[in-house]
Amino acid sequence: MNGWQALDRFLRTDPRDVGCAEAMEMLHVYVDLVASGAPAEQQYPGIDAHLRACGPCGEDFEALLAAVRDTAD
Amino acid sequence: MTAVNRVVEGMPIVAARLDPESAEWLRVLGGVGRQREAALARLHAMLLRIAQAEARRRGPRLRITGPELEDLAYQAAADALLAITAKLSQFRGESRFTTWAYKFVILEVSAKIGRHFWRRPDVPLYAEDWDRLPGRFGFEPAQQSEWRDLLAALCRAVETELTPRQREVFVAIVLNGVPLDALAVRLGSNRNALYKMMFDARRKLRAALAANGYLDHHTPGRS
Repeated sequence: MNGWQALDRFLRTDPRDVGCAEAMEMLHVYVDLVASGAPAEQQYPGIDAHLRACGPCGEDFEALLAAVRDTAD
Repeated sequence: MTAVNRVVEGMPIVAARLDPESAEWLRVLGGVGRQREAALARLHAMLLRIAQAEARRRGPRLRITGPELEDLAYQAAADALLAITAKLSQFRGESRFTTWAYKFVILEVSAKIGRHFWRRPDVPLYAEDWDRLPGRFGFEPAQQSEWRDLLAALCRAVETELTPRQREVFVAIVLNGVPLDALAVRLGSNRNALYKMMFDARRKLRAALAANGYLDHHTPGRS
């Protein structure tokens, strides 16, 4: 990714973005959907938009998904 | 009639019938005696394993290592267990019990790492070294002629379009690389409030750059 793309991505905002509070409130539900292979991003597009844009929430999502998958092994 | 817990993004969230494993967790944790103690010990061990893995993954980036990292993981697991047992009645069966429980420990690790950030003595909060801006976005010095005007326009937009508070948060996060959670701790705020502030700031900056022909107006969609 070059500088223009990085800046463009940083400044991009999605009006569907639900914000951190709602995304974290529903994170366990969203993660179970993803882990089961369900189309979570279609069911909750605002959470999907948020997790793509917010670094800390995206990291928490990846961590919870990894925890669920690791303990399922 | 179906019992709807709440509506999120227009979707009704319905408490599903609990899977057997989740139902068993609720039964033993809601009980008393040895069975409950054994379940608490088992859950604590699971939370600790997750906290350790997550702390080890995130720690080195924040220069936390060794016993300090292990201590952070133990505290996160202990605090998560306390929160889970206190909020057991709030579990509505919207996910598996363990996924709901693991969320507590992941968020505890995040919060503790955010607080730990300020043990570093060398972190500037509001220092405005704008020469850092190109590097923050990966602009190459060799191509300076291509991006000089763009970044000058961005600096002007930060100055003219943002509120003083938005500007402070922009400087801390973008120029000085302060993580959102750590900044929330320092400002006595929270992740959601700062994210929303930056969301509005990003929207304003894009509009200003687009109005001057540097970037396209964003059409919502997936990248």
